[in-house]
Amino acid sequence: MNLSVMWSAVPTLLAGVPVTLQLVGLALLFGFVLASGVAWMRLSANRVLSAIAGTYVFVFRGTPLLVQIFLIYYGLGQFQAVRASIFWEILREPYWCGILALTLNTAAYTSEMIRGGIQSVPHGQIEAARACGFSRFLVFRRVVAPIAVRQALPAYGNEVILMVKASSLASTITLLEITGIARRIISQTFAVFEVFIVAGAIYLLINFLITRLIRYAEWRVTPHLRRPA
Amino acid sequence: MLDLLAWGDTGWGDELVRGTLMTLAVALCSFALGQVFGALGATAKLNGGIVARGIAEVYTTVVRGVPELLVIYLLFFGTGNAIMAVAAVFGYTDYIEVNAFTIGVLSVGLISGAYSTEVIRGAIQAVPFGQIEAGRAVGMRRSQIFFRILLPQTLRYALPGLGNVWQLTLKDTALISVTALAELMRSAQVAAGVTRDPFLFYTVAAALYLVLTSLSTVAFDRAERYSNRGVRRA
Repeated sequence: MNLSVMWSAVPTLLAGVPVTLQLVGLALLFGFVLASGVAWMRLSANRVLSAIAGTYVFVFRGTPLLVQIFLIYYGLGQFQAVRASIFWEILREPYWCGILALTLNTAAYTSEMIRGGIQSVPHGQIEAARACGFSRFLVFRRVVAPIAVRQALPAYGNEVILMVKASSLASTITLLEITGIARRIISQTFAVFEVFIVAGAIYLLINFLITRLIRYAEWRVTPHLRRPA
Repeated sequence: MLDLLAWGDTGWGDELVRGTLMTLAVALCSFALGQVFGALGATAKLNGGIVARGIAEVYTTVVRGVPELLVIYLLFFGTGNAIMAVAAVFGYTDYIEVNAFTIGVLSVGLISGAYSTEVIRGAIQAVPFGQIEAGRAVGMRRSQIFFRILLPQTLRYALPGLGNVWQLTLKDTALISVTALAELMRSAQVAAGVTRDPFLFYTVAAALYLVLTSLSTVAFDRAERYSNRGVRRA
């Protein structure tokens, strides 16, 4: 084990952190918006909408993310129609292909969490709110949403961690995030253990901080579980 | 276009099917290895001394907190070096190559085991302690308590969680393709490269994975129903 190699790899690997965080952050943001739509479709009374959403969730949860990334990055670019379209500006970039694949993947899982959260709201509470004269929007904002968030937050915390780990697959389509940079350093120095251990430690640190943040968020949304001071 | 998927020398159908079988083989071996790691990890966490508990804790935290790809890379590039370093101590300096299947199973098994540890630990803890006390009170030996009370119920409680771990394991095997082992993902990559038709082959690969994951869901649902026979439902 060569400590000086480890030490000198730290700044280079840290330079990959912003790319990793961008991939994760944007994918989670877009993914959440998409997941809300998918969850709404899945819960809708319209059979067709519900079936489309169900198929999407089934396909994206049932296949490996690596296949999804390759299908989007290598697969779509093969068609002249895609290359001629306005989407080509996005699909030619590994960066946006990575974000697109991560977004579609996380949205499939997240939509199920949102659905579970919404379905966990006791029906009586919604009836009570309706009886008090709440509008549909107000019922959602004051009753459904807070309870659904409380229910879904722990599972969503896991999903965030999974996304941080999944972002490493972007290195397979030439993106230089933490794992991509680690591979590049290794091809130059052959210091396999040293570099991967440092890279692993950086991921662990990121995930540790995220766990703490989620814990804090959980604490914030469950004031009724705290002991009175 | 579909003649690309033909059987034999002209098409890639047989390569893809062989890849699927390889994927299944890697997944089954990794999952089995994962259960060994999981059982050991759970035992260490619940009954181990401070050292065993510490090791198990570090194992689950690190493996679950680091990208799967990194674990695979580390073992793939590192195992050969490590073995050669040990061999060098004994004066053997030739190049040693560890086959990709072994390393694949080892790395995915390690990942699978970290998740299984938590599932099995939870399942053991779900068995009501009163039943174990009752077993002792009627004079059962430790082994009898284990085989008649703890094990059957642990299996039942662990089944849904292990179903999830199996799905994760199955999908993680796709990452082994970076080591050039000819599993499903790698076969699709090769076919896509040669034919310049990546869309077709990655779609077929996705479909084959989907077949594997949905068959697994059915199997685990059946197993759950079977293991819950005779259990009253609220």
